[in-house]
Amino acid sequence: MSILLDRESKVIVQGITGKMARFHTKDMINYGTNVVGGVVPGKGGETVEGVPVFDTVKEAVEATGADASLIFVPPPFAADSIMEAADGGIKYCVCITDGIPAQDMIRVKRYMRRYKKEDRMILTGPNCAGTISPGKALLGIMPGHIYLQGNVGIVGRSGTLGYEAAAQLKELGLGISTSVGIGGDPINGSSFKDILEWFEKDPETDVICMIGEIGGPQEAEAAEYIRDNVSKPVVAYVAGLTAPKGRTMGHAGAIISAFGESASEKVEILEAAGVTVAENPAVIGETIAKVVNAA
Amino acid sequence: MDIHEYQAKEVLSNFGVTVPPGALAYSPEQAAYRARELGGDKWIVKAQVHAGGRGKAGGVKLCSSDSEILEATEGMFGKKLVTHQTGPEGKGIYRVYVEAAVPIDREIYLGFVLDRTTQRVMIVASSEGGMEIEEISAERPDSIVRSTVEPAVGLQDFQAREIAFKLGIEPALTQQMVRTLKGCYQAFSELDATMVEINPLVITSDNRVIALDAKMTFDDNALFRHPQISELRDKSQEDPRESRAADRGLNYVGLDGNIGCIVNGAGLAMATMDTIKLAGGEPANFLDIGGGATPERVAKAFRLVMSDSNVQAVLVNIFAGINRCDWVAEGVVQALREVQVDVPVVVRLAGTNVEEGQKILAQSGLPLIRATSLNEAAERAVGAWKNDLGQNTHVRAV
Repeated sequence: MSILLDRESKVIVQGITGKMARFHTKDMINYGTNVVGGVVPGKGGETVEGVPVFDTVKEAVEATGADASLIFVPPPFAADSIMEAADGGIKYCVCITDGIPAQDMIRVKRYMRRYKKEDRMILTGPNCAGTISPGKALLGIMPGHIYLQGNVGIVGRSGTLGYEAAAQLKELGLGISTSVGIGGDPINGSSFKDILEWFEKDPETDVICMIGEIGGPQEAEAAEYIRDNVSKPVVAYVAGLTAPKGRTMGHAGAIISAFGESASEKVEILEAAGVTVAENPAVIGETIAKVVNAA
Repeated sequence: MDIHEYQAKEVLSNFGVTVPPGALAYSPEQAAYRARELGGDKWIVKAQVHAGGRGKAGGVKLCSSDSEILEATEGMFGKKLVTHQTGPEGKGIYRVYVEAAVPIDREIYLGFVLDRTTQRVMIVASSEGGMEIEEISAERPDSIVRSTVEPAVGLQDFQAREIAFKLGIEPALTQQMVRTLKGCYQAFSELDATMVEINPLVITSDNRVIALDAKMTFDDNALFRHPQISELRDKSQEDPRESRAADRGLNYVGLDGNIGCIVNGAGLAMATMDTIKLAGGEPANFLDIGGGATPERVAKAFRLVMSDSNVQAVLVNIFAGINRCDWVAEGVVQALREVQVDVPVVVRLAGTNVEEGQKILAQSGLPLIRATSLNEAAERAVGAWKNDLGQNTHVRAV
């Protein structure tokens, strides 16, 4: 098993006719992902990379039985596409789009609450690299070859820092059950805690690696959850120890600056919750290896 | 994006928030003229800079005559105002706002922010106006009133009344408070703000609720649908390096160190800065060149980093995913041929096609220092910087 995504997942790509979307659709198919279609309003009936294009998500789901979606729609229209996926019967959606207005995401989150929790679509992102269950399926833009199949679950906000961790693990011969990017935006679909819940339940994940950053309350919230609910060992790294206070570093960082939002405070809170913290990003792999060997 | 106080007041007054009569001036003479136009016998002159803490820094003065206004504003125009929010370099004063003084009875703090925990707009208010919110939350945490807004229906009257009563506002003024709170929320939500702060919101001795100061910050991602807000941008208030970067689609934050960083991805960029620091160096900047490290972007990044005269070494750290290392390497080589770089350059490439990338760098004949791991890259960059300082010449290994 893995979480959120596996060989059986039937994937549609929203915005599939765009240049980037075509490229990554091909890449995902080559990786073995079961891509069954795409959605672009007004382009229904066309074919991209051998899969049919539909006008609406509902039509795509009806015709193909799709249960997962990858969104490549430009920022002004992306929130609308997420809501369409949620309403169209998609179970798991990854939104790659970077630059969605924060208030659009507030509306998306509010909209999704109209569904009962058990019927509600799971959203990861926006502004993320996607999710991969190595050897099974890829729903995103990451380079598949840097991920070995194994028992470490990774969840992180940053795309390339996630690649760094995966590559360090590969170097040490360690593999990954699933790697999930939750994205760098202030309002995101799933938090660290949401993904930790999945990894805790997944029998193929033995060790969890969490890659956080300065800003926002989600690392501190995750620490509390780990302390009370996670039985598996957790390794963490928090980027931004050297970032000056009050400055936004790319990912729309501290909007309310409260205790627990600087990197050193996050490290402190995570360590207090029993998490093993890698102080240097260059030793994320080694730190996980030590924990894996001890487990 | 930040805007000036006078602009925020104009925006908010369009949404029903009461502000004092005021006028903008670009010179001391104009400030005095504006005061005479406004009438009355007491005025506040306020330096318009994108930062809080202006009062303590001498950027807000109470004047009661022409000569006082001339004297106060002559001390402002063309000067840098240094507040606890500007950093030591300060922000230039090019505009001054003149307002008729208001008889103050009470001061209230009022803020609207995006709360990442509830993922909604949160109203933060306190009866301790005039102080910074950080001070209030440290010294008088129980004076803070919080309320979150349900996005589907917006701020309701009862919520606004609750806030007013918790702040101990006289019942006769409740309606004015409700109008002020709803106006701010409406401006926040319709214009895609990320922050609205009125500090202080005052109750005057003649029972009016007036915004004496106003700050607004807008979501850069939403400016595309608010051209009238985009027009309010004032580049004179931005770090010139940062505005140059923003104009080129790069995400840059200038810092005080000597090692310039060029990295793809915000998280990896911060991690690279951390590694430099652990290796004994100081990063000169945060720079995320984004996912696609094309030759043009790499060249722009080099120009930007080299425009900082403090930079004594450059570390390029690119984890190539979909964009392969060989393309990135070609980009680096092309950039170094176009841009004058007279400091040591350390390049670390990782990911897809890394061997081909390394080969291109090695065969370029450029004096680059190559590294394979993150640690090695940081150590070599710090080493090259120290070596460079020691010998006072630009010795570079290949």
